[in-house]
This record gives sequence, structure tokens and C-alpha cells, in this order.
Amino acid sequence: MKKIEAIIQPFKLEDVKEALKNIGIDGMTISEVRGHGRQKGHREVYRGQEYNVDLLPKVKFELVVADTRLEEVVETIGQAARSGKIGDGKIFVYDVAEAIRIRNNDRGEGAI
Amino acid sequence: MQIVHLGLPAIAADISARLSALEKSTASAQSAGDNAWMLVSAALVLMMTGPGLALFYGGLVRRKNVLATMMNSFSMMALITLIWAFFGYSLVFSEGTPFIGGLKYAFLNGVGVAPNPDYAATIPQLTFMSYQLMFAIITPALISGAFAERMKFSAFALFTTLWAFLVYFPMAHMVWGKGGLFNAYLGGSVPCFDFAGGTVVHITSGVSALVCALYLGKRVGFPAEPMRPHSMVLSVVGACMLWVGWFGFNAGSALSASGLASSAFAATHFAAASAALGWMAAEWLHSGKPTMLGGISGAVAGLVAITPASGFVKPMPALLIGLLAGGFCFWMVTAVKHKFGYDDTLDAFGVHGAGGTLGALLTGVFATSAVNDTPIGGKLMPLGAMDGHPIQILYQAAGVAMAVLLAVIGTFLILKICDALIGVRVEREGEREGLDLSQHGEEGYYLEA
Repeated sequence: MKKIEAIIQPFKLEDVKEALKNIGIDGMTISEVRGHGRQKGHREVYRGQEYNVDLLPKVKFELVVADTRLEEVVETIGQAARSGKIGDGKIFVYDVAEAIRIRNNDRGEGAI
Repeated sequence: MQIVHLGLPAIAADISARLSALEKSTASAQSAGDNAWMLVSAALVLMMTGPGLALFYGGLVRRKNVLATMMNSFSMMALITLIWAFFGYSLVFSEGTPFIGGLKYAFLNGVGVAPNPDYAATIPQLTFMSYQLMFAIITPALISGAFAERMKFSAFALFTTLWAFLVYFPMAHMVWGKGGLFNAYLGGSVPCFDFAGGTVVHITSGVSALVCALYLGKRVGFPAEPMRPHSMVLSVVGACMLWVGWFGFNAGSALSASGLASSAFAATHFAAASAALGWMAAEWLHSGKPTMLGGISGAVAGLVAITPASGFVKPMPALLIGLLAGGFCFWMVTAVKHKFGYDDTLDAFGVHGAGGTLGALLTGVFATSAVNDTPIGGKLMPLGAMDGHPIQILYQAAGVAMAVLLAVIGTFLILKICDALIGVRVEREGEREGLDLSQHGEEGYYLEA
């Protein structure tokens, strides 16, 4: 099993969700986060006081998939989230040791 | 007809009885109209403090200080009300010396439904007293913008109590009380025009704000750390309530539902509109974008500046006063504040002190008896410079000088007393943690609940 963590532009959230649904992935966790890579922030001015806002709003997807589906899912997320500009985000992949469904104690791939 | 049988003397008696009945019902109709408007105005002015100012200021601070900031405004609605009932109304509006009133109305003794003809002959004195109370509430609340995010609540409560007695009551008596030094209509020796509180409310609070900002010092981390407004949305809602409430503040200051009230209403609105445009235009030229915060700051600056002038000027001069206030306060807040480096958190001085001073002086220029024909010493007099009475500008300057003097000395003295008794500033950790938790033990937002 692999865990995919994708940090994407907030306005791509619906596109990515839709694309994952189309390939039959229906379990995921989403959070609103802030961060930046190479993208520069923007300037805000309040009554003449300037602030450089460099931590920008992003959306983080977390989902766990069977090893066999990894490439397909990563490809789907990448395509749906890509605008081609700096700030599109990153995808990270981790090994997962175990998955447990709390309701009935199912384990392994059957639990995801 | 019945009259035929009564004879001449009886006819005269009948007519006189009918006339006096008619006079009575006319007076009662006027009183009903005036009282209705003044009760609404009193409610509108209270709405300016809560929720108007509470939202406007609350949105501009950081999230951890939103409740403490709102508490500063809200607590005035309770605390000043009691002080006003016990002593405040009497010290402002009963006769005394040119500088402070007496104790005739202490504990609202003798204040009932009968009008007080010195001030407003057609409304119950209770209405007049309540209306004036709302001004005493918002004035110290305005100061809180300067020391927001770092003053102890206990010190704030003591500060505002003493401030009401040492600064607000004397200044309000001097300008509005019978026999007050600056009261143009009721026996003052230096006739200064202040229709709705340019000197009494805005200069006293604005200048006191600057003294507080200097005395307390900068917030921890200012200006290196970002201290953006946590919710511009709250501030926009609050500022718009201030705009609407200001109709009660200025048009209500006619103390009747009269043509003068309409005049003040129109002047108020035009000044707010042109000042909002003036500020936004200035920042558009200066930094490339017009902002929402600039728009509402400008509107408030215009409302402040037109306050003393509102019952004395025509719509076009009102528009000009607003435009000038928008540009002037923008410059005060963006350039002057940064040059001197004081931390007037929410620009109480830059908007209320600066805008109030500009408005008080321009009242001396544009005031005209064509708008306000209230007789002075029994005669219709020319009012401002445009009316052919340029010396009025000097009288206005005298009123400004007194307000500044009283605010500087009074506020400094009170801060010293508060500092000695309880300390004015929150401990460093408490300031880091936020005043909501350190002063009140609660949080403004707990979204997981």
C-alpha cells in the first residue's frame, strides 16, 4: 500500500476530485493548508502598511491506494492539478505499513 | 346658531378657548414628531458603538484580540451609562462655571418628561438626557483604537471612568452646556460652533488616543511582524453601521425633526461619500490599488470632519470638507504615522484627531446663517468666513486648542494614575497569547465546536 500526499492549488480541488472519482477512487482526506515552494508570495497593503504574504493557501489531498493502482492515481492527480505555472504543487508517495478499518477491524488492502 | 344666543363676551371667550386648545394640540403634535425622531436618533448613536465600532475595530485586530477589542466598545455601553446617570448628565448640562456644570441633576434628580427649554423645548428632558448619553458612550470607546491589543481591561475601565470626568464632561459642558465657555448660543464668551461633537467627541478622543499610543509604546513585534486585520468583512459591516448611525449623531443634533435636521443629514452623507472617494483615489494614485479598508477609513474620516459643521454648512461645502478629510487623513495615517513610528493601532488619532481638527476649523470657514438661522444673542448673525465673519476661524481654533490641551494633560495624568495603581499594559506573555485569553478567558472563534 502507498500513501499519496498531493499539495495542489485550491482552485484545482474540484477537478482533482472529479478525476479521481472517474477512475473509481472514492476515499480521500482533504485539508486547507498554507505553504510555498518556488512560488513567490504577494503584497498586501493595509492603510499604507505593506505585508509580504509568502505562505499561500493550498489544498492537501491524502489518500492510500493499493500498490497496483499507484501509477494510475498519481498520473490522474498530476494531470488534473496541472496548470503549467509555478505554484501547481507537489505529489509525495510513502510506504504504508498497515491499514485498519475501525468499524470491523478489517486489515490491509481490504480496509482502504 | 348657538353664538347668536351667547353675546359678544361669550364669543370672545369661546374663540380664546378654542385657540388655546388648538395651540396645545399643535405643540403636542410637534412634540410627538420631534420626540419620535430624537428617540430613533438616540438608538442610532448607540448602534454606532455596539455593534458599529465594536465590529469596525474588532475586524482590524488580530484574531486573538477580537473579543478584547469588542469588549472595549461594549463595556462603555454599560459603564458610562451608570456614570452618566449618577453625575455625568448633571456635570455637562446643569449650570455651573464656564468649565464644568453643577450637581443639580445628579442622580437624574428633576429629569423627567417635562422638556428642558434651555436645550430642547419640544422633547422630554429624558429623551435629551438619553440622546446625549450615547455621545458620552462612544467617545471613550473611540480612544480604544490607539491602545488595542495591549491594554489591561482593568486599567481600561479605570482609565475611561476617570477620562469621562476629567476630559469629556468638562469639554462637553464648555461647548454644549448652558453658560459653557464656548457655547455660542447659551452665554459662552468664546462662541465656537460644534454642531455634533467635532471638538467634544473627535478631537478629545483622537488626541487622547495619540497620548495613549505614545505612553503605552508599541505592540510586541511591531512593526516587524505582520499584523494584518483578521477580518475585513467585520470591519466593513461595522463601518457601514457607523455611517448609518451617524445620521442620528449629526441630524439628531438638531434636537428636532426640523429642516435643520435634514440639512445636517444631507451634509453628513455628502461628506462621507466624497471622503471615501478621496481616500481611495489617494491610495490608488499612491500604491496602485484602491482598497476596501481605504474606502471605509475614508468614509469614517469624512463623517468625523463633517460632525462639527453638519448643522451649519450647505451640501457643496460639506462635499468639499469630506474630500479634504479623505486626503488629509490618508496622509496622516500612511505617511505621518510611519515617519514618527508611533503605534496607533487602529488610527484613532490619524482619523478622529486629524479629521476632527480639520472639520472644526473648516466649520469656521463654511458655516452660514442660510443653513442655521438660530439667533445668537437674540439676533441673526453671520456665522463663518464665507458669511463675512472670518474671526470665527479664530474662535474655532480656540475650541480646538482647549480640546487638545484638556486631552493631552488629562490623559497623561490619568495614565500615570492607572499605571501607579494597577499598571496599564498587559504582561508580555499575555500579549503574545492574545488579550481574549489573557484578559477575558475566552476565544472569539472556536470553529470545531
